[in-house]
Amino acid sequence: MDNNCKTFLISNAESLSCIQISSLYINSTILAAQCYTCMQSVIKVSNLTKHFKGLTAVNDLSFSVNQGDVYGFLGQNGAGKSTTIRMLLTLIAPTSGEIELFGMNIKTHRSEILRQVGAVVEKPDVYKYLSAYENVALFAKLSGVKVTDKLVMDQLAMVGLASRAKDTVKTFSQGMKQRLGIGIALVHNPQLIILDEPTNGLDPQGIADIRNLILSLSKEMGKTIVVSSHLLSEIEQVASRLLIIDKGKKLVEGNAHELFDPAQTIVEIETIDNAFTLQQLQQSHWQSMLQPQRSHSILLKLHREQIPSLHKNLVEMDVQVISLQPRHNLEDFFLQITSNNQHVQAFTN
Amino acid sequence: MYKLLQIELYKIFRRPRTYIAFLAITALVGVIQLGLVKNGDDYVNFVMGNVMQSFSFDGKLLNGYLVCYILLQLLLVHVPLLIALVAADMISGEANMGTLRLMLTKPISRTQFLLAKFTASAIYTFMLLVWIAFLALFVSMFLFGVDDMVIQKTNYLVQLPVGDVFWRYVGAFGFALLSMLSVAALGFFLSNFAENSIGPIVATMSVIIFFTILSTMSIPLFQKIQPFLFTTYMVNWKEFFDPKVNADNAVIVGSLQHPDRIIQSALILVLHIVGFVGATMVLFKRKDILS
Repeated sequence: MDNNCKTFLISNAESLSCIQISSLYINSTILAAQCYTCMQSVIKVSNLTKHFKGLTAVNDLSFSVNQGDVYGFLGQNGAGKSTTIRMLLTLIAPTSGEIELFGMNIKTHRSEILRQVGAVVEKPDVYKYLSAYENVALFAKLSGVKVTDKLVMDQLAMVGLASRAKDTVKTFSQGMKQRLGIGIALVHNPQLIILDEPTNGLDPQGIADIRNLILSLSKEMGKTIVVSSHLLSEIEQVASRLLIIDKGKKLVEGNAHELFDPAQTIVEIETIDNAFTLQQLQQSHWQSMLQPQRSHSILLKLHREQIPSLHKNLVEMDVQVISLQPRHNLEDFFLQITSNNQHVQAFTN
Repeated sequence: MYKLLQIELYKIFRRPRTYIAFLAITALVGVIQLGLVKNGDDYVNFVMGNVMQSFSFDGKLLNGYLVCYILLQLLLVHVPLLIALVAADMISGEANMGTLRLMLTKPISRTQFLLAKFTASAIYTFMLLVWIAFLALFVSMFLFGVDDMVIQKTNYLVQLPVGDVFWRYVGAFGFALLSMLSVAALGFFLSNFAENSIGPIVATMSVIIFFTILSTMSIPLFQKIQPFLFTTYMVNWKEFFDPKVNADNAVIVGSLQHPDRIIQSALILVLHIVGFVGATMVLFKRKDILS
């Protein structure tokens, strides 16, 4: 058994009944699994459902987020991501189901929970007639933090807005507002950070900045982060675990590295003469890697490290390549599992 | 709660819109006072011409107390709009800006949030009335001096001795505060249903104007419903200037003709305030924040 688990069990023994403890000790495997769950689970959602008039936005959704995860929450527009996030933050009341954060029920321990949570829900709207400094100070105060000049300026410096501290927010660009929103979400040093579509409306540099910030918060500060997006490319670069939902229902939940297995990389090749290229590949050792074909391209499943070799072989075969694009396995997976392919085209960049 | 209230007040007084009311009141009172300084005697002769043919008055008829009374009659019709500008924006304005969801993800209860918001709008209302009192009463006293206050009622004339007026204004402004708070509470209630400020502000003013018309018109059909309209009771600050008289028809200093009407009206207004704010809380606590 993991030493951490033992320590945890001993320190938490008072909160467990004797029956629970004895049953846990019966099987060390079960014990380890249960210990992991109870020690690591920051969010635990069970059978969550939300009905609006004539619409089921979230349908019997269950998932858990472990401590230290960067948890990617992926789905089409209207899939139910924002509704779920709003329920996690008590902005919307669930029709049924349970939500626990930090082991506490959100209904009964709302204030205790929200003290440990920082969030940006959709657009990072703040008071436009106040300065960046005033906004950070105001929300820090609301979060129960003692406001000092250093705290506010450090926070603004972290999101690159220290030089604009005294400017009113109405003069800010969308990217600056987004960064300010994140600064406000982090001002009380929360353990859990929830970012709903944090890169909406940002330019490529802004998107990269947010991505780096998420990675830094996770790796350097050990924060648990839930980040939702409808863009697969965005999530796959930061998430350690993933949840994909569609029409309010869970499609898949799992570790990102399993879904991003480099040995399962799909490569899409487009050439001047696809029929000739296919014939050449069928006569080579690449034959076993060929996938069911599409009209305008040829697909192969191979290890990511084999791509240079494939490229070299194609040149040797005198194939005129227009494009050769590696695609993650997740992308195809996503295409398969989400029901409406017309929409999915838009997600996959 | 105190911290929340501080924040709400800070937000109110950092918005330029808040000062529109103070500037509008200053301009309106200033213009009327200027007009009365220049042509006040003509105005009094015109308004009280009939009375002056039958009575002779010693002293200064157009004094600070009378000017304040004239101003209050004019202002208390328009002040509800200025109150609605802030109160009806309290929830809908946050929803419109998108800050409502950010506020409610902080560790504060919705009840505390609403109480702080309504208290802040009540403080704003109080400050606006203090400002009106300062300009309409104190500045008028300074500009026009003080003397006995003569008011022409529908069927009779009231002459209040100079020493018996000031406390009546204190009472009238206190009652006006309750009237304006009921407007604020109505605006606050309507603010719960919209995600932009214009709708609740217009709706609040429409209700006030519509009810006021019904409250003031002496048509039998309307008179039947007048007791059920809170606007009927809002104008009862005037009862403070209706004293009892003795057998010689002289004013009994410190008396009120109908103190029961004042108390009843005040209680009805308080009930409306509690009702509107309570209903807002019940609805808001169940509300899904979708903005």
